[in-house]
Amino acid sequence: MSGRFVNNGAPFALMAALGLALAGPLSAQEAVHPVVETPDYWSLLFVFVLSSFIGLGVIRRVSRLLHTPLMSITNAISAIAVVGSILVTGEDYPPMIRAVGAVALFCSMTNIVSGFLITDRMLKMFKTNEKAGH
Amino acid sequence: MIPSLVQFAYLIATGLFVFSLHWMNDPKTARNGVMAGVVAMTIAILATWAQPVIVHHFWIVVALAAGILVGVPLSQVPITAVPQRTALSHAFGGLAAGLVGSAKFYLWYGEGPEQLTTFRVVAIMVEVLLGFLTFTGSLLAAGKLQEVKWIPQRPVTYPGQNFMNLALLLTAIGIGVFIVLNPGSTLAPQLFPVVIAISLAFGVLLIIPIGGADMPTVIAILNGYAGLSAVAMGFVLDNKLLITAGALDGSSGLILSLIMCKAMNRSFTNVLFGAFGQVQAAKAGGEVKQYKAETNEGAAQVLEQSQLVVIIPGYGMAVSQAQHKVRELYDQLKKRGIDVKFAIHPVAGRMPGHMNVLLAEAEIPYTDLVEMDDINGDMPQCDVALVIGANDVVNPAARYDKSSPIYGMPIIAADKARTTFAIKRSKNPGFAGIDNELYFADHTWMLFGDAKAVVGDLVKELSGGSGMH
Repeated sequence: MSGRFVNNGAPFALMAALGLALAGPLSAQEAVHPVVETPDYWSLLFVFVLSSFIGLGVIRRVSRLLHTPLMSITNAISAIAVVGSILVTGEDYPPMIRAVGAVALFCSMTNIVSGFLITDRMLKMFKTNEKAGH
Repeated sequence: MIPSLVQFAYLIATGLFVFSLHWMNDPKTARNGVMAGVVAMTIAILATWAQPVIVHHFWIVVALAAGILVGVPLSQVPITAVPQRTALSHAFGGLAAGLVGSAKFYLWYGEGPEQLTTFRVVAIMVEVLLGFLTFTGSLLAAGKLQEVKWIPQRPVTYPGQNFMNLALLLTAIGIGVFIVLNPGSTLAPQLFPVVIAISLAFGVLLIIPIGGADMPTVIAILNGYAGLSAVAMGFVLDNKLLITAGALDGSSGLILSLIMCKAMNRSFTNVLFGAFGQVQAAKAGGEVKQYKAETNEGAAQVLEQSQLVVIIPGYGMAVSQAQHKVRELYDQLKKRGIDVKFAIHPVAGRMPGHMNVLLAEAEIPYTDLVEMDDINGDMPQCDVALVIGANDVVNPAARYDKSSPIYGMPIIAADKARTTFAIKRSKNPGFAGIDNELYFADHTWMLFGDAKAVVGDLVKELSGGSGMH
């Protein structure tokens, strides 16, 4: 990917495209649920590929100074597994399944809390000349 | 909450996550990024929880509370322990993905084999494999970084290692194919734990041959795996928010590992499958070269006479927690009108950006932290290059010695400075086990001792004249 690609707002154009891809199947979601819900694989794959491109575009521009905080904030963001964990823990499933879900939920929540807190703690330390009091 | 409202909340959360990472492009806006991330995550949790399908709330509350109780102390670790904490949280992320995948498999199997569509089984297999291998792999990486006694620091290799890994992977894939073809088979629930076991073993086997010097790359790769396992969970659960957020994390892992590999002139496969640090054993025992040692007093005098000092920190600075003493040295030199810069190699330390965070913790302005590519041109004008606990990243052998394992790796040109001082704990070779030619160069003088003690002495010498003691 060239530097030009990331500097002309392409990530945001891609974001708009992703928005369409996400919003498109909304009406389908509300249709009568069949016994086995068949997800629209293609739209899932589209979402995956488009958001990977957005990710590559955005992350390429992250300051090298901040690679450690970047890693801890993406840690917290990938703890979005919390959504899946809540579904498995809270739906009307057998207790064993929900117990496993609760462990997953605990792991995800730990990552969310510690990930965001430590990222902020590290970012607070990055100061310029004036702010550092020199 | 009606489904389209939930989807709308997920869409907002996705946008905020993108902005969260976008704001990380500048230290000035980076904290807004954290804010955006927190808001996005809160929206995602509430929107999911408020759905009518969620009927049991007790365990959710307990698990969330427990997560907060453990998460807060984990965020307060010393900055030097950040690599371990990061590896540990990759382990948590992988475990969560693996568990949700397994739960869904048994749930669908119980509801009837028609639920186990090919697409779902494939997605579950990918999720479980990535999740559990990230779990054990990251735990092992965290153990290596924490220097837990019973975990070997040096790469562990044995004959047929790659063959063994490949065989295990093929077995797992074979079982996966069997379950895809026979989702209703009574064997499926018995074979599934085998896949879990193989994934757990695979994580250990992938990380055990990797040495400490490769940790920045490995942590970045595991970061990517944790993201991809969240993506796979999104495919399993038909949830687009999981896919978008996971893909952002996955691409971050990919980019960071590419940067790390480039900074070591090695390929992905070489890091993962070619153990670092085994080539040198044969090289040891060549001719014995002589170091030139300098006293701290002498070094302080030279520093005082300089106009431009470039400090090159490495893992040794982190180990001896010398960053605050380095800040005092920085202050002493600045007070004399001497220009001081820090040259940061991308793989210095044990994770991407490790040195920047340590120096920022010591309140050194980030405007004086300069990337390798930006400072190398200035090195010939540099009066003193002060190497603090860095080794391979300043080894000139990388430029021309084809037999050296670090050949071709871009280095900081400490050897181009007029004078080089290298602080080193002992006369043993560095982490990669390679002799560093910089130490034997004509204009290099060694300052032997613990980094913190030596820098402290330099500060004392420099402040002696100003009546502080």
